[in-house]
Amino acid sequence: MQFSAEELHSNNGAVVIVGASHAGVNFAFNLRQQGWTGSITLIDSDPELPYHRPPLSKKTLQSAELKSTPLKAEKAYNDHNIDFKLGNKVTAVNHLTKQITLDDGQCIHYDKLMLATGCRAFIPPISGLEVNDSLNNRSIFTMRTYADAQAIKAALINSVDKHVVIIGGGYIGLESASSFIAMGAKVTVIEKQPRILSRVTSAVMSDFLTELHLNKGVELLTDKDVIEVKPLANKNTHKQVVVCSDGTEYCADFIIVGVGVRLNTQLALEAGVDVEQGIKVNEVCQTSNEDIFAIGDCTQQFSSLYQRWIRLESVQNAVDQAKLAAQFLTGKLPQGEPVQHTVPWFWSDQYDCKLQIVGLSEGYDELVVKQESAQQFSVWYFKADKLLCVEAVNYTKAYVLGTQAIKQNLLVDKTALQSGDALSKESLFLAVSS
Amino acid sequence: MAKVIFVTQNNGSMEVEGDSGSLMELAVANGVAGIDGDCGGVCSCATCHIYVDPADFDKVGAAQEVESDMLELDDKVTEYSRLCCQIDVSDQIDGMTFVVAN
Repeated sequence: MQFSAEELHSNNGAVVIVGASHAGVNFAFNLRQQGWTGSITLIDSDPELPYHRPPLSKKTLQSAELKSTPLKAEKAYNDHNIDFKLGNKVTAVNHLTKQITLDDGQCIHYDKLMLATGCRAFIPPISGLEVNDSLNNRSIFTMRTYADAQAIKAALINSVDKHVVIIGGGYIGLESASSFIAMGAKVTVIEKQPRILSRVTSAVMSDFLTELHLNKGVELLTDKDVIEVKPLANKNTHKQVVVCSDGTEYCADFIIVGVGVRLNTQLALEAGVDVEQGIKVNEVCQTSNEDIFAIGDCTQQFSSLYQRWIRLESVQNAVDQAKLAAQFLTGKLPQGEPVQHTVPWFWSDQYDCKLQIVGLSEGYDELVVKQESAQQFSVWYFKADKLLCVEAVNYTKAYVLGTQAIKQNLLVDKTALQSGDALSKESLFLAVSS
Repeated sequence: MAKVIFVTQNNGSMEVEGDSGSLMELAVANGVAGIDGDCGGVCSCATCHIYVDPADFDKVGAAQEVESDMLELDDKVTEYSRLCCQIDVSDQIDGMTFVVAN
């Protein structure tokens, strides 16, 4: 029997979305805008009106009056007839009865379930390094939620010496360091690897950012393994001592742990869908169960652009996957055409430096640095002639040209890139590569 | 305090008012269709593209370098394009009309 797109996509039925961050919220709105007429229920354990996470370590932390940056106005949820249950945790999913259970005992039926469950901060198994929300005088934090940012801000204001030790020299750690410096704190960053950001970028970028943070007064220590955290012997303070494997110790008013994430895949596992490096989804974000979908940081999807399975932690990926899944569910994807691949992009703001990244550099065999000045340059990553990624510091032009080249599969003239000439489309793009 | 009008791609029109923050934040707070502000207002995503009325263009002025480069990512860019996360809500823009590009 043949079904038309309309018949396959009835546009009604109950959609339940678990996770109300960038992915979940965008999916809810997209779904409604694409014409879904059934109920849409958005659930998140975070009680806050859904907000942007990237500003937490930057603007939110630094602003005098701490406030979140809402993704959508509260009114917009009502206007789009999106029912949200905030402050509710989903405790169970039953894929046979198509029901989820909330922590208050409520059961909700779904026709289509969307898992936008994201990640949680990883706390490495180090003695004394426990993050306990219930402690009044906390001194160990992660940076993941608005509540985290609030608690960290309070800890800084209440601290005696304003000395923060950040464990982990990744983006969260470095952005937080930049904010703390702006707020007049003393900052120590401790990184286990020989260089910061070693998992995600080249030595060129690591070296630049190392220099930047050192110049701003950050004590930046690499190749240092934290083995223990303990309260300072003096009982009158909440200070902590961070002990490293080489015997060195660093005293902190409070500690930020930024050493990566763990995926929230528990519900997916319970529902019996395939999970590997993330919840495995096809090109339209459907899991191995046709009624269960997944989007955002928690997913692993085959990239037609990079010809491998990838998992991305980014706003771009959350937004693009949300759009795609909504189009699929409402029958709006063009029939018979391959799904358009998207190009990953990221950004980071540290001090007065704007870092913009397009593409993924993994697997590069050559890099070309296009330098305008000490504070303005870009790194172009190639595999043979194929441009994989561009990282640009205070150099939006390079970011934009890199985006166009990767999106349109253009061949980039490396000689032009290496010349002293200003970047331009005309000089840079040779032809469409095959 | 500024009252401004957003005209969306489906020819909807919405009058909103505010006294601080960016024009993007004002649009998002009022659910203006086509203004997403995916990056939260740091000129990194180009999802808050608007056209300024040519007669009033001087009131907001031209985009700075980062913004005009970012606008190149959108095929629908014109000489009156701006990313509204880079426009402050102030008396200066009171009474203006902005056409949402997407």
